[in-house]
Amino acid sequence: MATDILMPALSPTMTEGKLARWLKKEGETISPGQVIAEIETDKATMEVEAVEEGILGKIFIPEGTEGVAVNTPIAVLIEEGEAVPEQAPAPKTAPVRQPEATAATPKTAAAPQKMAPASTPQPVATPTGRIVASPLAKRIAKEAGLDLSGIKGSGPNGRIVKRDVENAKTRGPAKPAATAVLPAEAETVPMSSMRKVIARRLTEAKTTIPHFYVSVDVQLDALLSLRQQLNAASPPEGDDAFKLSVNDMLIKATALTLRRVPDMNVSYAPDAIVHYPNVDISVAVSIPDGLITPIIRNADKKSLREISNETKDLVARARAGKLKPEEFQGGSFSISNMGMFGISAFSAIINPPQAGILAIAAGEKRPVVKGDSLAIGTVMTATISVDHRVVDGALAAQWMSVFRSVVENPISLVV
Amino acid sequence: MSTTDFDLVVIGGGPGGYVAALRAAQLKLSVAVVEGNHLGGICLNWGCIPTKALLRASEINHLLHDLGQFGFTVDNPRFDFEKVVARSRAVSKQLSGGIGHLLKKARIPVFNGFGKLNGTDGKKRKITVALNDGSTTELKAAHVILATGARARVLPGFEPDGKFIWSYREALVPDILPRRLLVIGSGAIGTEFASFYRNMGSEVTLVEVADRILPVEDEEISKLAHTAFEKQGMKILTSAKPGPLSKGKDDVTVEITTARGTEKLTFDRVISAVGIVGNVEKLGLENTKIEADRTHIKTDHLCKTGEPGIYAIGDVAGAPWLAHKASHEAVMCVEAIAGLPVHPIDITKIPGCTYCRPQIASVGFTEAKAKAAGYQIRVGRFPLIGNGKAIAMGEPEGLVKTVFDAKTGELLGAHMIGAEVTEMIQGYVIARTGELTEAELKETIFPHPTISESMHEAVLAAYDGALHF
Repeated sequence: MATDILMPALSPTMTEGKLARWLKKEGETISPGQVIAEIETDKATMEVEAVEEGILGKIFIPEGTEGVAVNTPIAVLIEEGEAVPEQAPAPKTAPVRQPEATAATPKTAAAPQKMAPASTPQPVATPTGRIVASPLAKRIAKEAGLDLSGIKGSGPNGRIVKRDVENAKTRGPAKPAATAVLPAEAETVPMSSMRKVIARRLTEAKTTIPHFYVSVDVQLDALLSLRQQLNAASPPEGDDAFKLSVNDMLIKATALTLRRVPDMNVSYAPDAIVHYPNVDISVAVSIPDGLITPIIRNADKKSLREISNETKDLVARARAGKLKPEEFQGGSFSISNMGMFGISAFSAIINPPQAGILAIAAGEKRPVVKGDSLAIGTVMTATISVDHRVVDGALAAQWMSVFRSVVENPISLVV
Repeated sequence: MSTTDFDLVVIGGGPGGYVAALRAAQLKLSVAVVEGNHLGGICLNWGCIPTKALLRASEINHLLHDLGQFGFTVDNPRFDFEKVVARSRAVSKQLSGGIGHLLKKARIPVFNGFGKLNGTDGKKRKITVALNDGSTTELKAAHVILATGARARVLPGFEPDGKFIWSYREALVPDILPRRLLVIGSGAIGTEFASFYRNMGSEVTLVEVADRILPVEDEEISKLAHTAFEKQGMKILTSAKPGPLSKGKDDVTVEITTARGTEKLTFDRVISAVGIVGNVEKLGLENTKIEADRTHIKTDHLCKTGEPGIYAIGDVAGAPWLAHKASHEAVMCVEAIAGLPVHPIDITKIPGCTYCRPQIASVGFTEAKAKAAGYQIRVGRFPLIGNGKAIAMGEPEGLVKTVFDAKTGELLGAHMIGAEVTEMIQGYVIARTGELTEAELKETIFPHPTISESMHEAVLAAYDGALHF
């Protein structure tokens, strides 16, 4: 890889200097430590030493040139057999360490004898990507689960040493800067353990799962009409009485769609795709200070009345905090319904390890095109969030299309 | 730029000061040195170097009396004590001259006299130098490094008197080889003198106020040194306080109190080696923001004092009082002045050496200090009796001890006693500075046969078990 040799700064205040003399010619082989050029300022003449080995590919700045700005590429170092760039690329920023100004004495600081034109100031990684760290630093980082590439080295030549890893450990994971600048009146409330679980799991989901989203508008009129008919058929009271909600019907619709497009009823395992035998729908339920996802198991095989009764029971017990673990752990697919809040559209975060979650917005009266004329219909926007590691766009689109078809032709919900 | 106007003036030409000047010249700073006595400071003239010359002689004397084990017979080996001392002085002189030559080669002017801070002139510091020829001169510099060193602490009642009571200085140019010698203080200085005089034939009593000799070393090492010295015929009194003394015509009697009571002992000479104090006086500190903490100048991790542009390095800036610490601070301080990236000194990475017989060398945490610092540790020990080279050399006494952090494998400390250990400790210092763990040390191939193999074994001993013991 061609490496630019940059005009070094010989003192903290130096902004430009004279390239007095080239001691190497184009095409000459250079090894580290060899003096390749001399730089003059009004104070001193300094030698520029090569840091890396290679061939002096091209000299951009001829000797005797005055007023060469610091960090201007003055030459390029290439490897054997490598093409020579024709002209100097745009100056890169700060590849040469700028000596820190010292107190009270801007004028006297002299230059480091060994300039390092081709090395970066604090290279966490070398140009080849190798992380320079002491064996002890590597071991402590490994045991603490810290990634060395995120740690700045303070040792010689930017080497990461124990101190740097210890500092990174005590700092912990990068905190949002906002915590440091909270207004004085801000109140810090410790998280409940549920909140912490939500924070951890959703961060994990959103940062590790490559989400993509597919939305469709679904006409609800037929479903609403069926619901009305079915509810009218319920006995006024007694054990057999029922009152179906739109949500109950959408749970069933989702379950049927999963049965018809089973490749969505999956989850990601390292290097494998897990196909669930059953369709178990997790239903997101908002509860004080969080949410929980009770599961309607085998929802594709249950009647609307069973789904409705089971959902009512689960939601009531979820809000009372009385769910058993097996009632909210597991599930093959999730539904989050914010229709009751009048939301026109939203997208949800996948509930790992599932591969998808369906976000259901409010059914609202919208103009719809029927044949060639405009009509009014009840329409909702449904958006599926999908794990792209196991499901591709075409399948998600197919799934959404089947879902729309099931909802718009709801008779399949009852047969 | 006139010859009295510099980027940097260094006050003191010891291992801190002259190294600072040489590094500054390398970095193209204009620099001058002010030195009132000898270039090379105490280290070269009255410390490290001349004592090594004397200790070499005492080691030879020991060998001459131990030749039988090698098959030699030498009748009545003798020495001329004056010549032994004269050689030591010649070594110092040669090296001091060498420093002068180095400074001259680097075109660094040396002002022979005593420098004093004397206000400012614009952005520059003024330094008034009382030259040894009686005149004064004024220097100006943007930066001033104070490297004035230290001198022996005086124990009340044992003030050096030019006759019976010696500091290190008199002990280096003795008028006689004392038949009976008292050494007060068993730090590196006291222990080295005790060892020298004992190996030259004096009856030596070593007195230490702490409960063990060489109190900064690992306890196990102190104990082994104690045993070795007693075997050589040295008398050692620990938890001991030297009390009132009475001077006779040719000797002094000292009351020494220990747990067992007070005894009166008579000596021909007494060496007081109870620590050192920094030379903070007559530097003009009183009109500056520089703070002196009793006997040393307060500095930050980059040797800066409270006054911008003024730095203090080496003994005058406090413990550990070691020449190599002063030299390292010198380089760091000058590089910081020149705007180079520098790394503050970690004192747990500074080795310490005592050149008694057997030698002692160490770096980092002792076992006790590692525990006190909260480390879970693994300790490795390897006695030199298991080392082929040590036995072949006729020096099988000694121990190498390693202290590792059990959690991370960091080499926390290493402690050695035995032949040549002062030449070997740098191996462990490199390991500590480079932050090697036990894994790299185990992987390192040590040459056979060397005493240094015991350093490898002491690492193995802390983990898998030593192979040869």
